[in-house]
Amino acid sequence: MSHEATLHTSHDAHGHHDHHEHHQSFISKYIFSMDHKMIAKQFLITGMIWAVLGGLMSVFFRLQLGFPDTSFPWLETILGKWAKGGHITPEAYYALVTTHGTVLVFFVLTAGLSGTFANFLIPLQIGARDMASPFMNMLSYWFFFLAGVVMLSSMFVETGPFSGGWTAYPPLSALGSASPGSKTGMDLWIVAMALFVVSSLLGGLNYIATVLNMRTKGMSMTRLPLTIWALFFTAVLGVLSFPVLFSGFILLIFDRNFGTSFYLSDIFVNGVGALPNEGGSAILYQHLFWFLGHPEVYIILLPAMGMVSEILSTNSRKPIFGYMAMVGSLFAIAILAFLVWAHHMFVTGLNPFLGSVFVLLTLLIAVPSAIKVFNWLTTLWKGNIRFTPAMLFAIGFVSLFISGGLTGIWLGNSSIDIHLHDTYFVIAHFHIVMGVASMFGMFAGIYHWFPKMYGKLMNNTLGYIHFWVTMIGAYLIFWPMHYEGLAGMPRRYYDFSIWESFKQFGDLNKFISIVVFVVFAVQLLFLLNFFYSIIKGRKLTNPNPWDSNTLEWTTPINPGHGNWPGEIPEVYRWAYDYGKDGKEFIPQNVPIGDDESHH
Amino acid sequence: MTMYLSLAVILLVFVVIFQIAKASEYVAVLKGEEQNRKQTNKINGFLMIAFLVLGLIGVWYCNKLYFSKSLLSVEAASIQGEKVDMMIYWTLGVTGVVFIATQILLFVLAYKYQEKENRKVYFFAHSTFLELLWTSVPAIVLTGLIVFGLKNWSFFTSEAPKDALQVEVTGKQFGWIFRYPGKDATFGKKYFKVIDPASNSLGLIWRDSAELNLKDDPYSHDDIVTEGTMYVVKGKPCKLIIGSRDVIHDVGLSQFRLKMDAVPGIPTTMWFTPKFTTEEMKTKTGNPNFQYEISCDQMCGNGHYSMKGVIVVVSQEEYDAWLAKQKPYYFSAFPEKAPVEKAVEAAKPATEMKAATTDSAAKK
Repeated sequence: MSHEATLHTSHDAHGHHDHHEHHQSFISKYIFSMDHKMIAKQFLITGMIWAVLGGLMSVFFRLQLGFPDTSFPWLETILGKWAKGGHITPEAYYALVTTHGTVLVFFVLTAGLSGTFANFLIPLQIGARDMASPFMNMLSYWFFFLAGVVMLSSMFVETGPFSGGWTAYPPLSALGSASPGSKTGMDLWIVAMALFVVSSLLGGLNYIATVLNMRTKGMSMTRLPLTIWALFFTAVLGVLSFPVLFSGFILLIFDRNFGTSFYLSDIFVNGVGALPNEGGSAILYQHLFWFLGHPEVYIILLPAMGMVSEILSTNSRKPIFGYMAMVGSLFAIAILAFLVWAHHMFVTGLNPFLGSVFVLLTLLIAVPSAIKVFNWLTTLWKGNIRFTPAMLFAIGFVSLFISGGLTGIWLGNSSIDIHLHDTYFVIAHFHIVMGVASMFGMFAGIYHWFPKMYGKLMNNTLGYIHFWVTMIGAYLIFWPMHYEGLAGMPRRYYDFSIWESFKQFGDLNKFISIVVFVVFAVQLLFLLNFFYSIIKGRKLTNPNPWDSNTLEWTTPINPGHGNWPGEIPEVYRWAYDYGKDGKEFIPQNVPIGDDESHH
Repeated sequence: MTMYLSLAVILLVFVVIFQIAKASEYVAVLKGEEQNRKQTNKINGFLMIAFLVLGLIGVWYCNKLYFSKSLLSVEAASIQGEKVDMMIYWTLGVTGVVFIATQILLFVLAYKYQEKENRKVYFFAHSTFLELLWTSVPAIVLTGLIVFGLKNWSFFTSEAPKDALQVEVTGKQFGWIFRYPGKDATFGKKYFKVIDPASNSLGLIWRDSAELNLKDDPYSHDDIVTEGTMYVVKGKPCKLIIGSRDVIHDVGLSQFRLKMDAVPGIPTTMWFTPKFTTEEMKTKTGNPNFQYEISCDQMCGNGHYSMKGVIVVVSQEEYDAWLAKQKPYYFSAFPEKAPVEKAVEAAKPATEMKAATTDSAAKK
């Protein structure tokens, strides 16, 4: 009880008690909001805008890849000098590819995913009235917003946005003379990314503090829903690795603007001449970058895993299988995430022995991944499955995670990577396992928690169409790319016509592009469903529409600031008592009955 | 015009789908939610199985269409490449079995355990045996793959044989420069600050410079430099010493199944033994235009996609004949120092080579 009272007081100290709600102005309610639910929605909708922009970029560059010989005059109308004569120029192509990567990895699948669901679910599922620091939380969103503004503005500078790939390897990213995109565009790119790192640190520290300190009475760590465990480990990964990326960027800024030689040595640029820099190492940046870059993959993936675990269990009407093993494998993945970064660098001339160590540690990740997959499968076994749109996306996630995860065993082995590195095989691998799979996790989360976010229901039929077209489309797009990769077809090529080894895939590229356009259109249908349902969706009448056990469904249909009008419920059990003792479900706040069996 | 028309059509399709979806929602409300849920559940359960079956057929069909284009259908052209292919097949075997088994399990379980009235779910939260099973089996299988992988890796990264042909490969935006050590079998020293794209593309040190504290290195005088195309010998190990003049590039050799980054300031090495001459590969692939191509595999700027080099694999005799025709790069910078008796002869190929160089540069 005293715990509960403390929460109340700390909450009141922020001056947002329920009875103040009527006095909230438009600005403090919708814009500079400190309510975690509103901030979550801000992250979600901003993420959606970026997803549309990033997706649109892929539509543009797939036009070039699929139809390199066709002129599209309307492209020139839209893009001006970046599509002279109806063809996207190489400069524009590389800018699109680079921005697509940066935006999708950081703005959509990091901020859009963690920002939305960590903010929304942590307080609701652990039984807290808000985040540990609502003010920091608000700052986190606004730094993200600013990062977006700066990134967007880089699209409009004279020399074009940064175009050296989302990994921004120097010397290319350090030398404006080597590529026009590395001039002002790159300055803005770094500033945007620096702002983004700040946002992500503010958010991450907050999530960790909230999970550790603000759980309601009875909510021990081992009773946390797996969503919270996943979001917790995600935050820890981010807090430990983003600063390293930041340091890498600072050195890059110094090399770019203040004449230092951290990454530069022995360089002669055409048309400029020899540069004065000596003694730097271009490889140093790659170490710093991938020390974030690899954990980043799991920052993107873990929240999806957590939500999928939760949704699979709820809709199978069965407990998640092997809860402790699920937590343990999340932990193992989080640890290993820090020990495998150099598998992105097998062909940089890395010491071969060091390469061997990274092969070993990389392939080890397959073990916790296998545990997760088999535990999900066992969760379905002998269940009573309800195919809600969220459930479909969760099943789709498992399928994609298997497909993309297995090719990780190929690429993690340096003696295969030496052939497949930086080919379309890599594109297929990471899009399936990280890009599309996490996107599926995000869709699952949106369909599942939409009723809690807006008190309305989304249209199911559109949800089903959205799922099946996206699922089939994702495989049609990325599965054949494995074959292109096996032929050695390199990533980031604007045109393949001069290559005797790679030009045989022209028809395939065309096919892939057409599927991309269809899949993109279906995502717009999803957005239509989302926004239409916010305004005119059917009103929710049952506060617990999925018969779920977790605490967020014990709040009113439209929870106010503070989440529970009365006291925060106390927790007596874990979140997965589905089908126990013949009962459909037993929410976490129901006390253990006298005649209840142990599990 | 077509653009507006297609936009209109897309919009129309959108509206139609949306209206159908909305109508189905009203029907659902009228029929009763419970009834409706059962019906959609059945449809989705069926689609799970349909997706599985069509998906597996699709996997087979995709393989049928594209395997022959993936180059795996043609033998790897180096002894290193053979081992890479072997690794690929072993890994394909292992992951292929897991892929098929787990995908079938996933969709069949989803189909079989779709919601049915009166089904009692099995409250099954934990089994130490099962969890240990699927921790240990993957661990054991992976150990096998790791051991095979590392054995090959240590071979790929081993020191090249002593008799290996040595070629220095330098990437620049957007092309490749090759250097052979010449008669003395030793590469002369170079320094990037004396690079002159017109006459000294690699910055060979062949003048004293007090300012840069450099001394003329006589080893550089017989080095042979070519651009765009390099020659290697069938069956003879070839060691590449790889560097870059500006940004990071990557020497990608898809037929030999190898690649290595070219990093400014940090030389890297890679060696391989070609198994077939270019001519032999033309018959093997059935492609009269076949070339061993060097593709740049590391993003290096706006011309990245056009950064192509060619490796010509020939017999020892053909190689010797080719080499005999090459003149040291030194003489193209200092024509007056070419041996007097051969001055007339020497001047000709040198200008030819220069012409060829500018030619290929102009193409880019």
